[in-house]
Amino acid sequence: MRSLLCTMLFLAAPALIAEPVLAETIFVSNEKDNQIAVVDGDSLQITNKIKVGRRPRGITLSGDGTQLYVCAGDDNRVDVVDIASGKVVHSLPSGPDPELFVLSPDGNRLYVANEDDNMVTIIDIPSRKAVGNIQVGVEPEGMGISPDGKILVNTSETTNMAHFIDTEKRAVVGNVLVDSRPRVARFSDDGKHVWVSSEIGGTVSVIDAATRKVVKKIRFEVTGVRREAIQAVGIQMTRDGKRAFVALGPANRIAEIDTESFEVKRYFLVGQRVWNLAFSPDEKRLYTTNGISNDLSVIDLERNKVIKSIAVGGAPWGVVVKP
Amino acid sequence: MRFWPLSRRRTDLSNAVKRRRLIAALPLAGLLIAAPAAAALAQDAGGQAVLIGYLTRQEDPRTPASFLEPVATDEGLQGARLALADNNSTGMFLNQSFRLVEQVLPPDGDIAAGLKALADEGVRFVVADLPGDALLAIADRPEARSMLLFNARAPDDALRNEQCRANILHTAASRRMLADALAQYLAWKKWSGWSLLIGRDPGDALYADAVRRAAKRFGGRIVAEKSWTFDTGNRRTDTGVTTIQSDIPLATQGPDYDVLVVADEAGNFGDYLDGRTWHPRPVAGTQGLIATAWSRVNEQWGGTQLQSRFEKLADRWMLPRDYAAWLAVRSVGEAATRTGATGFDDLVAYLRSPEFELAGFKGEALSFRKWDGQMRQPILIAGPRMLVSVSPQEGFLHPVTPLDTLGDDAPESKCRFNR
Repeated sequence: MRSLLCTMLFLAAPALIAEPVLAETIFVSNEKDNQIAVVDGDSLQITNKIKVGRRPRGITLSGDGTQLYVCAGDDNRVDVVDIASGKVVHSLPSGPDPELFVLSPDGNRLYVANEDDNMVTIIDIPSRKAVGNIQVGVEPEGMGISPDGKILVNTSETTNMAHFIDTEKRAVVGNVLVDSRPRVARFSDDGKHVWVSSEIGGTVSVIDAATRKVVKKIRFEVTGVRREAIQAVGIQMTRDGKRAFVALGPANRIAEIDTESFEVKRYFLVGQRVWNLAFSPDEKRLYTTNGISNDLSVIDLERNKVIKSIAVGGAPWGVVVKP
Repeated sequence: MRFWPLSRRRTDLSNAVKRRRLIAALPLAGLLIAAPAAAALAQDAGGQAVLIGYLTRQEDPRTPASFLEPVATDEGLQGARLALADNNSTGMFLNQSFRLVEQVLPPDGDIAAGLKALADEGVRFVVADLPGDALLAIADRPEARSMLLFNARAPDDALRNEQCRANILHTAASRRMLADALAQYLAWKKWSGWSLLIGRDPGDALYADAVRRAAKRFGGRIVAEKSWTFDTGNRRTDTGVTTIQSDIPLATQGPDYDVLVVADEAGNFGDYLDGRTWHPRPVAGTQGLIATAWSRVNEQWGGTQLQSRFEKLADRWMLPRDYAAWLAVRSVGEAATRTGATGFDDLVAYLRSPEFELAGFKGEALSFRKWDGQMRQPILIAGPRMLVSVSPQEGFLHPVTPLDTLGDDAPESKCRFNR
């Protein structure tokens, strides 16, 4: 019996070392604290807080997964964090007040929305230089890029449009009107659709990427929540393209949407003013940033339950998960 | 009749005013540099520009009691100019363009003639930066029948009730909206005993009326009412503080209260109150903790961007009158964006429809009430240096939208649009 147990342990041990069950790390940008909270996906405990520039919001992983790019809006730069050492190693010239950005699929370019200047700045990461900018509508915000990297979609909050930008020509090639204060733009993995959330409009517009027409407008209704409190912001889609999740801001809910019927299947009650969200690598969990309750909600997508909320710091805004 | 378009006005003014004008004109030059792409593109497309008139009279600049506050000589107008630039940036993508036709009349200028001049230019949308009586005078002119006027200044409740007009939309908040917003916050704080101190201007009495009504609606108790009878005079006097220090305790002496509510719209004395009152209690109303449609202290809901765009353009911060003018010009732009139309009738129909909504940097969509043409909007509760809260407050419920708990709701409105 004892030897059997030993054998089992012996067999199990290497597997644990090579492939821990939940070895992911979650990084949360805390807008008020000027810090990135680092949360261990296994213990769901905070393991570190990394000091970055002022008002960190947009956050993304580098192409090779060893660095974080963080928009430090009040310092007019993008900070580059080395994940291993937990330190800012250098900064990239983002142009004024960067809020959100998107990384090109090859990992070499960052496209940054400059809220103050009606502009998108293109940063060449290897040379750490701004190599161009593109004029867009008033208050650029959301940034999405097609899987082939050829089309960039930027939303402008006061112009209320999704601007389709040819990344080679660096020119706007199409504009799609959406509801008030568009926030996030996200391409489906097959590149066929672009989902754009509208904060004040409280809707998500699904745009056909080829025809650039809105093919579906998704509306939300939560019992007991007034319509004005439903403000759509963050969007994530599963890799199989079947499910989408939308953060509904002060409604304190995440909506799960069937991407075939565009019907809302369920709402998850999370923390207050939820703006952004990220999957675990196995897509069994969803992490959401709740800016008013200062926490991160963890949703178990197998049991469809919110299993934990973790106090992460002042006004959590963006979230990214490293496998 | 002489009108004072920006270019000609300078020759008629004193040297001192001339210098101010030049300074005020500089940001406009910046705007022209910033917006040519938009304008050129729209014109290339051959689209007819949507004309928006701006009608106002020159006034002595309002001099705030505090030296921290900007002295504005172009209040309102700069808000309209910023919204025009915003409209044109958006219009660039839709082959639409907008032009602001500024009619800034001399202090004794004939408003009706100003309106006619706009009509002669083909202007049908007019932002009226005028007091209530002047607004009513032009609203009833024959030219105004085929126009839509935006009241971007007058807070008078009568304009939303007995004196309402079908050709006016109000982007300025009414006194009742402001008083209700403050009352809701004071109710939330449970500061229910109010002492009311009323200034000598006619508007102050009307503000006090709105405060009394708000007290009834939201559970305030007015424990005392006093009129301000002292003369504060110029803000720059070497021994001013001594007199004020002894005047204010006298003026505020009386039964105890939770909060001193001051009605002083012009800012003649209200800013002197805090720290000098008989009872050690906070000041609220038109000074101290104020209810206002806009304030520099607000940077929530993307407000940072609006504030910084405005400051780049105007070299000062955005005031409530600028905000009301911005809302008016942006409303026309938003209607053009959503309908794809530039014709007057199409735009007006959309502005009045339930589909219309404008994002105004206050966290929810703004729209026009169909019963009186008032733009419904959240009201900021602001301290002199910080944003304190925003009304409507949680818990004040309404079957349609909590925004309609502020000001005149449909059942209580006395507006019939039949004049």
